[in-house]
Amino acid sequence: MSDFEPKVVAFVCNWCTYAGADLTGTSRIKYASNVKIIRFPCTGRIDFMLLLKAFANGADGIIVSGCHPNDCHYTSGNFHAKRRWIMFKELMDFMGVDMNRITFSWVSAAEGAKWADVVNTTVTRLREMGPYVSYRDLVNKSVEEEVKNE
Amino acid sequence: MARIGVFVCHCGENISATVDCGKVAETIGKLKHVAYSTDYKYMCSDPGQTIIKDAIKEHNLTGVVVSACSPRMHEPTFRKACAEGGLNPFLCEMANLREHCSWVHEKNDLTTEKAIDIVRSQVEKVKLNSALQPIKVPVTRTALVIGGGIAGIQSALDIANCGHKVVMVERSPSIGGHMSQLSETFPTLDCSQCILTPRMVEVAQHPNITLYTYAEIESVEGFIGNFKVKIRKKAKSLDEKICTGCGLCTTKCPQKKIPNEFEQGMGMRPAIYIPFPQAVPNRPVIDREHCTYYIKGKCKVCEIVCPTKAIRFDQPDEILELEIGAIVVSTGFDIKHADFFPEYGYGKYKDIIDGLQFERLASASGPTTGAILRPSDGQVPKNIVFIACAGSRDPAKGIAYCSKICCMYTAKHAMLYKHKVHEGKAHVFYMDIRSGGKNYDEFVRRAIEEDHVNYIRGRVSTIYERDGKLIVKGVDTLLGAQPVEIVADMVVLATAGIASSGAEELAQKLHVSYDSHKFFAEAHPKLKPVETNTAGIFLAGACQNPKDIPDTVSQASGAAVKVAALFSQSELTREPLVAAVNRSGPPMYSTCVGCFLCQSVCPYQAIEREDFKTRDGKIIKTVAKINEGLCQGCGTCVALCRSKSIDLQGYSNNQVYAEVVALLNEY
Repeated sequence: MSDFEPKVVAFVCNWCTYAGADLTGTSRIKYASNVKIIRFPCTGRIDFMLLLKAFANGADGIIVSGCHPNDCHYTSGNFHAKRRWIMFKELMDFMGVDMNRITFSWVSAAEGAKWADVVNTTVTRLREMGPYVSYRDLVNKSVEEEVKNE
Repeated sequence: MARIGVFVCHCGENISATVDCGKVAETIGKLKHVAYSTDYKYMCSDPGQTIIKDAIKEHNLTGVVVSACSPRMHEPTFRKACAEGGLNPFLCEMANLREHCSWVHEKNDLTTEKAIDIVRSQVEKVKLNSALQPIKVPVTRTALVIGGGIAGIQSALDIANCGHKVVMVERSPSIGGHMSQLSETFPTLDCSQCILTPRMVEVAQHPNITLYTYAEIESVEGFIGNFKVKIRKKAKSLDEKICTGCGLCTTKCPQKKIPNEFEQGMGMRPAIYIPFPQAVPNRPVIDREHCTYYIKGKCKVCEIVCPTKAIRFDQPDEILELEIGAIVVSTGFDIKHADFFPEYGYGKYKDIIDGLQFERLASASGPTTGAILRPSDGQVPKNIVFIACAGSRDPAKGIAYCSKICCMYTAKHAMLYKHKVHEGKAHVFYMDIRSGGKNYDEFVRRAIEEDHVNYIRGRVSTIYERDGKLIVKGVDTLLGAQPVEIVADMVVLATAGIASSGAEELAQKLHVSYDSHKFFAEAHPKLKPVETNTAGIFLAGACQNPKDIPDTVSQASGAAVKVAALFSQSELTREPLVAAVNRSGPPMYSTCVGCFLCQSVCPYQAIEREDFKTRDGKIIKTVAKINEGLCQGCGTCVALCRSKSIDLQGYSNNQVYAEVVALLNEY
């Protein structure tokens, strides 16, 4: 597994973490190139079903990051995201999805270095965990079975 | 069928140094639905934009992806270019190859691969974009200025002189801020109050400015052009309309032992007080925390002596609700206090004071009427030590930044001392002398060469008392780190400038970003130093970072121009990236089931109810409807909606899903 490079998708909000990741760039801080960022207006917009879609499509890990509590550009979107996350996490954990594959963090527009750190820590952890085939297999199998049954 | 144009920018070498831009353009060009793909050195330049405009016409493009820098930087530029090329601006997306790829990764195949993936995801997204029309919203042409120091005063006057209404809110009983506390100002040594007080009076008398002192911001709602602000006018416990400001009450108040904030605790004030003689407005307030009547239930001496019967003990706090179009934040700074320097004995020894306290000592209107006297025994200090960078530039103390003003005011303090105590000796311990500014370095040289201030390059390790003298132990690094011991009568610490108390709470009320030191964050460190990330909210002065007066005034005028520009039109156009609840024909009308959970999470009360009725007025179905004027496009309702009936323009479910799929799958 030594040369395994995980595919990581980051779901971030426009005002804090996206801007923070921009600052990482402006500051020329290097981080692992495994991560690809998808911009949302707010973490409140992030439908957690998308995380499952990402896993089904081949993601080995996911980062969700937004504004620190109380700093949300839209007042409360990050609180809604956090509430939803707490529910989602419990449910997914119960269903057997490995929650160590998801990093949930707050990175502000001024925390360029923290963003690099979040990415690198996540990627290092995922390298050790290896590819997330079990979920992909499960999803693909069920689709195949459904097709067969029809 | 979609016909997408992809434009890959080299950004000089900023992108092309690590990403093979030619390969990106070539690979993307082979994708289905990509009608045109090219790369160019500077897409944002005029010729670059022309390439885009021409390609839109020539290839009849239905969507554009500009693969360049962050959309937070140039999205407006390229959307405008598309509009000029005849394409709806919202059919343009940006792939962030610079901040999120070329600047953060090494040059190798993986980086180019990532760049291709990023562009691909945006191609997939833009296919699903729809042409949108900007939303027009009205602008309330009234500005709110928070903080009445020199920054707020300058901004308020500039905006008011442009003919717009200004509301100024100051939390202390008088405007003037820290500048009103200063004795003289560098590098000219002109009296601070002499240049400030005319401005303060102008604010009070300006027909376009409404001034609320002893007031604080309670809450801020709304958005650019349409803020709704609640202001708490704290009870001054007197009727301002009747009070003549004679000040008799302040002389008769039996409670006289309250440390005077304006004098930095160097003097005392009564419970009913006017902060300083030139205060604007020149009316007293009762400090309810210390007033005998509020503590013990009896006294009322002020009420008895007041010739106009203006005292109102039962006056409640008043909440004002105002409609505001733009906000200037000018809440200033504080300086680091007391127990932060145990090694310097601050707070333990009376003759160790901070820079602001020295200002009051040196001020003609201060507690000593301008004489430099030791707080402990009222003697003139013969030997005085100034310590620069007390707290600043000291990561061990948690303050890594330079407070900027201390080098200059320390030189000024040493000079003022020498001008008042000719035979005295002034010593300055410094790390570096930072005197960038017009006539600033000359000023420091003057202190050293003409006023013979002894500058010692080194830090002070400890200060302790021996026989009534302060022993200052330091080191002179220019003499090979030789230990230095000075027997001083008085020590002045140039303590670090820090964010004003309550800055964090205010930032959260305003929804603007702030840094780890609680200073407000500008939208861009170089090109948008006055704007915040929240449209319609601007910064002025030391609330952003420690600044001297000229810088503060310049920035305050800059903020005022931004407000004036916003107010130059009665309407402003807003991005139509808002949520929408789907609609269909009868009998469904919408997939919305009318649970209205979305209403409870919307921070802007933008979700309304819409009834579908039969011809005789009977309600068939009630569904949610978005008020486009109020919706800010956060999308919290979209993620919450149980029947997936709400979608967000520009970030629709289909779009983000397409992005995820494109990013993860091979092509």
